[in-house]
Amino acid sequence: MEGTVLKIEKLHAYYGMNAVLTDINLSVPKNMVTAIIGPSGCGKTTLIRCINRMHELMPDTRVSGKILLYDEDIYQMNPIIVRRKIGMVFQRPNPFPTMSIHENVIAGFKLTGVKLSRIEQDGIVEESLRKAALWNEVKDHLHRKGSFLSGGQQQRLCIARTIAVKPEVILFDEPCSALDPVSTAKIEELIEQLKKDYTVVIVTHNLQQAARVSEYTAFLYLGKLIEFGHTEKLFTVPEHKKTEEYLTGKFG
Amino acid sequence: MCKLRSETVFNKVLYFSAITIVVLLVSIFLTLILGSLPSIKAFGIYFLFGKTWDPVFSKFGAFPFLFGTLLTSFLALAISIPFSTSISIFLGEYFKEGSLSSVIKNMVELLAGIPSIIYGFWGLFILVPIVRFIEIKLDVPPYGVGIFTAALILAIMIIPYSASLGREVIALVPSDIKEAAYSLGATRYEVIRKVMLPYARSGIFAGIFLSLGRAIGETMAVTVVIGNTNFFPKSIFDPSNTMASIIANEFTEATGELYLSSLIEIGLLLFVVTAIINIIGRYITKRIGVKI
Amino acid sequence: MQIDSKTGISSRIIKDRFFKALVVSLSFFVTIPFFFILFYIFKNGIASISWEFIVNLPKPVGETGGGIANAIAGTVLLIALSCATAVPLGVAAGVFLSEYKNSKLAEWLILCVAVLQGIPSIVIGIIAYTWIVIPMRHFSGLAGAIALGIMMLPVIIKSTEETLKLIPDTLKEASLALGVPYHKTILMVILPAGLSGIVTGILLSIARIAGETAPLLFTAFGSQFMSLNVLKPINALPLLIFNYANSPYSEWHSLAWGASFVLITLVLVLNLTARLVTKKWKVQF
Repeated sequence: MEGTVLKIEKLHAYYGMNAVLTDINLSVPKNMVTAIIGPSGCGKTTLIRCINRMHELMPDTRVSGKILLYDEDIYQMNPIIVRRKIGMVFQRPNPFPTMSIHENVIAGFKLTGVKLSRIEQDGIVEESLRKAALWNEVKDHLHRKGSFLSGGQQQRLCIARTIAVKPEVILFDEPCSALDPVSTAKIEELIEQLKKDYTVVIVTHNLQQAARVSEYTAFLYLGKLIEFGHTEKLFTVPEHKKTEEYLTGKFG
Repeated sequence: MCKLRSETVFNKVLYFSAITIVVLLVSIFLTLILGSLPSIKAFGIYFLFGKTWDPVFSKFGAFPFLFGTLLTSFLALAISIPFSTSISIFLGEYFKEGSLSSVIKNMVELLAGIPSIIYGFWGLFILVPIVRFIEIKLDVPPYGVGIFTAALILAIMIIPYSASLGREVIALVPSDIKEAAYSLGATRYEVIRKVMLPYARSGIFAGIFLSLGRAIGETMAVTVVIGNTNFFPKSIFDPSNTMASIIANEFTEATGELYLSSLIEIGLLLFVVTAIINIIGRYITKRIGVKI
Repeated sequence: MQIDSKTGISSRIIKDRFFKALVVSLSFFVTIPFFFILFYIFKNGIASISWEFIVNLPKPVGETGGGIANAIAGTVLLIALSCATAVPLGVAAGVFLSEYKNSKLAEWLILCVAVLQGIPSIVIGIIAYTWIVIPMRHFSGLAGAIALGIMMLPVIIKSTEETLKLIPDTLKEASLALGVPYHKTILMVILPAGLSGIVTGILLSIARIAGETAPLLFTAFGSQFMSLNVLKPINALPLLIFNYANSPYSEWHSLAWGASFVLITLVLVLNLTARLVTKKWKVQF
């Protein structure tokens, strides 16, 4: 397929004694949007949390297998480098409440001790907020704390924060589930733009959303990868019976 | 609906006990004011600035004790903060559960339970010789007792207060902003220092503030090791007196109305200062939603 | 710009490890004074403990075989008396706070309890002196008990209120629906359900006052003799420790170490009992 950014090989993930993911093998293509769908509890959130090595932050967890970012196994790299190259936008917007909008956008640098001049900071803030389609709405309020922003705006702020550090891959964990339809539409538009510069992986329980935004889709069920392919094909002529059942709503 | 006699009596008892507590506090305040009146009349505001405490000539200025109190309390605070903050982070972030956590947690609770006279007594016989040894090395008059020793013991005594409140606020930092920080590639130290501590700032401050209140009012441990001098201290190794220790030392020997009244006025000052600190501390913790 | 230079990363990782090591070592450092104190009290105190120590009265300087019987008796008496005054009042006020929590009086009460808890113990001593010692014209155990009782109140009120808060309203409603009068509901259903929490609060407040010296300095005052008359001066463990520690006689110092041992054992036992009570008696809902 077109250039592969992430290659997941024989990935297993555990919570204590429970296997949450079993033998996942998946290649994520570059500069495309890959959706991960499946019923609740199928492991889709665990999967992306393994990709940016957040899964292991919980107690009593274990991962085996490989995830190659280009040619390097991220499990052989230092996690703080991995998380720099693979960013994440969370289900509920989580801007840092003690920081202003400006500080939130450059938080990736501030937190990790990178010194930026005032000019560099302003440049990064403007570029990231423009890319996140938030610049015009907040450009006069950069030094206020983000609490006055709406849910959708806060989520775009989090996106700006994530792209400010120029990751290779951006993971979205059900980014619109806490938002209204208008904000959801805005974010979907944004994702469409983002794939020019980044590779996107989006977990969603909203099938229409997956169909709208993604070029590739992976269907997970009970911790196993059932099917992976072009979105259009998977949604219209799925190969697997379970896929078809899920898509037609036989189970949620 | 007609109530039974016993019902009304019961409710009255409840109301009465509530009112009694309020009346108790008000009476305490009024008693202190009334007892201080002769001293207030005699010295006015200069009571706070007067540097001489002279029972013989009935001239009473409380400044040496205000100064002694502030010096010991703030020194104790400064010594205790690194330790209590460490314990807060230890229990609130690194070791929230498990056997290590229980060890530290229990030890901190037990430290808070040791009576202050025992701190004082132990301080007198074990700590004072050590301080005397240090003072000899530093070429300072080897009193052994004094402000420094008192501050050391106070520091140990107040650690549990700020540590437990600090632990609570740190444990309450929402996990979603911690995750946001980790996802940007921050190390745990960076997450703690640049995200968690700023978030928990007011609670940590409230804990420190409340432990200051505790230090100001502490009597017995300080009285035993501070050296009991009414002269103005020139260095932290000098003996001194605090507001609480002067009362403890001289109350039973106070002859004359003015002498006693001056001591009571110092008690009034203690009451007011600790009350204000307590109210402010509680206001802060209430606002951030933590229980003390 | 080069964000992830290798040296940048390693210094950040070093800082991370160093910080954790610092936090852990400072935290464990605090255990040092704790063990230091317990060790010395145990070492020096246990040497003095003997049967004579417990039952004898203090002897004049120079004579051996003194004991701390009057201090033990005094402490027990003071605890009993202050409980008698503070427990009913404190529990009642705690019940009030829990039952009438939305009233204006409850708001004032909460504020008063907070201020009361923060009052330095020496100031409470001044109050008891003014209210009781002066009218009686002499020191007494009664004045000491009143001072200690005032100090117990905030702890008892708060723990009673918090215990009762945890009891679900449905219990009260079930009792009232059966026709049990309100006051009996409280006294015979609610309070027993919250007994463990209330008893824990009482034990903890006793642990707190058992070691208090300052309020007794000019109320109970202390005595060389055995006295069970609360209308006269009375000795207590903390007072004995204070007086003997400040004396120049080494026999008295030994007595003080022994008394410290007894006192700390008492406080520890009370604390442990309080925890056991919470564990074993606590009614789960």
